[in-house]
Amino acid sequence: MIAAGIVIVLLGGWEAYARLSGIDSFVLPAPDQVASALWDDRSLLWHNLLVTAEEVGLGVLLALAVGFALAVAIHFWRPIRRGVYPLLVGSQAVPIVIVAPLLLVWFGFGITPKLLIITLVCFFPVVVTTLDALAGVDPDQLKLLRTLDASRLQAFRFAEMPAAAPAALSGAKIAVAVAVIGAVFAEYAGSSDGLGHLMLQAIPQLETARAYAAVVLLAAFAVLLFAALTLAERRLVTWIPRPEGRTRP
Amino acid sequence: MPAEGAMATRLEAPVQEPRNVVGPGEVDLAGVSRTFPARRRGGAAVAALADVSLRARPGEIVALVGPSGCGKTTLLELVCGLQRPDAGAVRSDPAVLMPQRDQLLPWLSAIDNAALAPRLAGASREQARARAHPLFAAFGLEGFERARPGELSGGMRQRVAFLRTLLSGKPVLCLDEPFASLDALTRREMRAWLAGALAQQPRTVLFVTHDVEEAVVLADRVLVLSPRPGHVIAELTIEQPRPRDAADPEIVALRERALRDLGAP
Repeated sequence: MIAAGIVIVLLGGWEAYARLSGIDSFVLPAPDQVASALWDDRSLLWHNLLVTAEEVGLGVLLALAVGFALAVAIHFWRPIRRGVYPLLVGSQAVPIVIVAPLLLVWFGFGITPKLLIITLVCFFPVVVTTLDALAGVDPDQLKLLRTLDASRLQAFRFAEMPAAAPAALSGAKIAVAVAVIGAVFAEYAGSSDGLGHLMLQAIPQLETARAYAAVVLLAAFAVLLFAALTLAERRLVTWIPRPEGRTRP
Repeated sequence: MPAEGAMATRLEAPVQEPRNVVGPGEVDLAGVSRTFPARRRGGAAVAALADVSLRARPGEIVALVGPSGCGKTTLLELVCGLQRPDAGAVRSDPAVLMPQRDQLLPWLSAIDNAALAPRLAGASREQARARAHPLFAAFGLEGFERARPGELSGGMRQRVAFLRTLLSGKPVLCLDEPFASLDALTRREMRAWLAGALAQQPRTVLFVTHDVEEAVVLADRVLVLSPRPGHVIAELTIEQPRPRDAADPEIVALRERALRDLGAP
């Protein structure tokens, strides 16, 4: 409700500014122009949305898997924590625009370089949240499991993994917005379709409203993906009773 | 390892495998000391236990009472093999710990928590549940098998934790202040419950508490530990028949004696 109210206020302000300030609609289209672009170009937008959605969806899943695996490796092996963790932090400082052309040369125009770029920008929050959850497991819990003759692997399976899995999903939720931006960057660097590609083409063609329509779809898709991850988290964490409607995006 | 060097000077302790050389259900600590190194550079090392000797016979309930921080938990962890002594010998039949907080796994149901040990030993979920099920009925937990720990009261959680401890099948139970987190009323109720449970399922029990009354009501023998570094300063044998009443004058007298030994005014 509040979100809808905020959107309406923002749209109203935007519409007023676009109409009254005399700003060129090639620079800033008014919301009604964006809305008509959404409708008029719907089949074009839909086709490209599917492409980008696939990239982002798979990319986030891949980031989830890679991030979780890295966190577990770092948690289990101290040398990896010392040697690899700083490198992971460093990897987050590498601008995507620098590596994107290289990935393009290596993997071509297909989905692979996009997935790699999205994974690269997304896995880190997953590593951090998962690692925190693994480190947060009560040491007394692990002692207890040891006196019950649990192996290290069993201790992981019964105590650490159930604590870490929802945390990994939280990390992925943080990563969703970045994933969408990553996908647009990846498509800018080289692609034949997708919403990023569409924007890249629409702007020089002075179809600014179409580019904004693509942005609207990207934002909507990010919200949807976030909601899906929240739902997955809830499905996974059945042991904490939570008040209804509080964790919705 | 300093522990082995120290033990080598003792004739009775074989260095390789000091555990398991006692008889079934027995615990034997001889001259055990444990010091934790300083946490920070320049900090002082903490001596938790100094020259503690104690024995528990099979089926005996031994209570350890002492002021906070006198190394009681360390003592139990030594018996359970979670720590090694710096000096002295710890010999015990396999022991299982029931930690201070219940440490139930929130994602498992009550019965799966209780049946954790059989599952870790390789039983299927169903087999493990089948082992736990009769105990649920016997120990007042019937109907709560499927409840998650978050849905149980404090007393219930302790019962489940105790069943988990029993189902490990180990002959020695180390209970670390099992009722410390409960309110006074539940505590009394759980005390009677535990006495009943141990009458049904006799085990050797080492039982840490700072509640002298609890110790005197439940134990065959009460060992009083000094402040840190902990060592045994008094021993009381309780021969009153069970079930015991905390208001029984003889129990009250024993409680007062233990309190005096602890240095209470």
